[in-house]
Amino acid sequence: MTPRTLFDRIWSRHVVVQEPQSPAVLYVDLHLVHEVTSPQAFQDLCARGLKVRRPDKTFATIDHIVPTDRRGFPIADAQAAEQVRQIETNCRACGVQLFGLDDPRRGIVHVIGPELGLTQPGMTIVCGDSHTATHGAFGALAFGVGTSQVEHVLATQCLLQYKPKTMQVRVDGTLPRGVTAKDLVLALIAQIGIGGGTGSVIEYAGAAIRALSMEARLTICNMTIEAGARAGMIAPDDTTFEYLAGREFAPKGAAWDAALAHWKTLPTDDGATFDETVSLDASALEPMITFGTNPGMGMPIAGRIPDPATISDASQKHALTKALAYMNLQPGQALLGHPIDVAFIGSCTNGRLSDLRAAAAVLKSRHVSPRTRVLVVPGSQQVKRQAEQEGLHEIFRAAGAEWREPGCSLCIAMNGDSLEPGQYCISTSNRNFEGRQGKGGRTFLGSPLTAAASALAGAVADAREFSIADF
Amino acid sequence: MNPLKTLTARVVALPNENVDTDQITPARFLKVTDKAGMDNYLFADWRYDAAGNARPDFVLNQPRAQGAQILLAGDNFGCGSSREHAVWALTAFGFRAVISTSFADIFRNNALKNGLLTIVVDKASHRDLFDLVAEIPDAQLTIDVAAQTLTLPDGRAVNFPLDPFARTCFLEGVDELGYLLARRDAISQYERNTQHGTREA
Ligand code: SF4
Repeated sequence: MTPRTLFDRIWSRHVVVQEPQSPAVLYVDLHLVHEVTSPQAFQDLCARGLKVRRPDKTFATIDHIVPTDRRGFPIADAQAAEQVRQIETNCRACGVQLFGLDDPRRGIVHVIGPELGLTQPGMTIVCGDSHTATHGAFGALAFGVGTSQVEHVLATQCLLQYKPKTMQVRVDGTLPRGVTAKDLVLALIAQIGIGGGTGSVIEYAGAAIRALSMEARLTICNMTIEAGARAGMIAPDDTTFEYLAGREFAPKGAAWDAALAHWKTLPTDDGATFDETVSLDASALEPMITFGTNPGMGMPIAGRIPDPATISDASQKHALTKALAYMNLQPGQALLGHPIDVAFIGSCTNGRLSDLRAAAAVLKSRHVSPRTRVLVVPGSQQVKRQAEQEGLHEIFRAAGAEWREPGCSLCIAMNGDSLEPGQYCISTSNRNFEGRQGKGGRTFLGSPLTAAASALAGAVADAREFSIADF
Repeated sequence: MNPLKTLTARVVALPNENVDTDQITPARFLKVTDKAGMDNYLFADWRYDAAGNARPDFVLNQPRAQGAQILLAGDNFGCGSSREHAVWALTAFGFRAVISTSFADIFRNNALKNGLLTIVVDKASHRDLFDLVAEIPDAQLTIDVAAQTLTLPDGRAVNFPLDPFARTCFLEGVDELGYLLARRDAISQYERNTQHGTREA
């Protein structure tokens, strides 16, 4: 038999119809829905007189516009309140399960899918959100779609898709102490560029990937979209199965045994080929930070900002010049020691329990700089409860950080959490685009360790300089 | 969607590369629950200053942008978020086609669903087009979807790729949801087969 890839196995199992010279009709096993990209889809569905075909495969939550301050309820912003009202009404009318404002399972859509056991190996998963790539960490094919496609999936549980190309990213070696999954993926994007994965599904493989925890794998797959790729995937293994066992929506009993047997058949065969292969040596990596206005503009934390004058490609030169003007940074400048106004620890990239533990390990028995506002925003209600059981919230509060309610928060600045024009933020989120964290705001992307260390220093800092207990 | 067969229209040039969807429609405008008035949000942070006044130096605020239906964009247009609002804002402003050297996957997909043609040209033609607009600010281009050509005022034609399905969608105004709904029986059959785990690839 020809050796096959994980992607190829999942793809071919989900093709319902493939007509010549047409995209495949691809079946969707799990459709996740949030308040921002779904209202127009439900409206159009109703206008056509259609129903949700598989409410049992559709789950919704509220994450983007939700205040992260308890005093933010009831929601004062009329448009945000209307989005909440619409998703509540739509889900009720269509029989879709909603993890709503008061639900203890509510959280960022890409945090709750995995933690509730909804996300499972071998599935096709879509959501009207580009970071749906996150779920690929379980060996699922998961990708973001637009609102029209949300409507298509609601109506037919299917999508029209062309088969993408495949790319393997091999990461061998061992991540050095103080270097995290976030640094790994930022280094990859700096290497292949923000268009480097366009048209492809990336499978991550190699010893360094196998050694990662489930949460760290989620961080890697989450950022895959920032390299322009359709999806990121990691073959399921014991780490995956141990994580899933016993979760609310994971199969139980005999169904678990059957699922497990199936999941074990999924990984890519030895000798399977990819359209492209990229290699990285984890041992050589350092903590990464971005200096520009796209996630590919990153460098090792002790590095110096490149000089546009040394770049030959005219469009890259222009992009860097423009980015440095927006960021008010100079070529050749080091970022270590650069003042920081806000530190944000959270988002679907780094808002899970292990991320909060890492940040807490740095902040423990220390105090953040008076010039830096620090927001710690758990990715979900469940993450919040777990962190509180471990006393992490006490560590954050004692350090002078704000311990907030779960949501997307400062990752996208739709809920009232926002930077002021000109402010610098060290952020554990995924995008440093102009204005992403608030109009005129300037973002440095980094790991939770880097964000916490920088919060202490009030300036960009290398967490490896601090003595940190194991976490 | 409305069919698009041929189009002769003025082009506006926006040379910035890697224009992400946060620039096309900043996130604070995603709180809308319908598609009306989206043109006001297009490139809002580039078009308006802090006080909400139009910046005269931004190309979409200049008279030449009025009635232009083709956007000539820099490399890697539409990266970032999946928000279809970005496409709705472009079409609400009046654009029917965007030209670049490459588009982000989700953006290209969203564009097709809304009758916005994404035209990929090679780097040399891309440069020539920018030169053309610099020289003749109100230059018109002609797009022929069936022939997959973009014709410059001097008569030079540039071919562009378009997959056969998308081509049919544009020419006939095919609606993808209609296509999927027409295959409901196959979908039901698939569901019956997979329910028992009998379907093997
Ligand atoms: S945390 Fe940020 S990237 Fe993740 S879903 Fe929310 S807004 Fe999107």
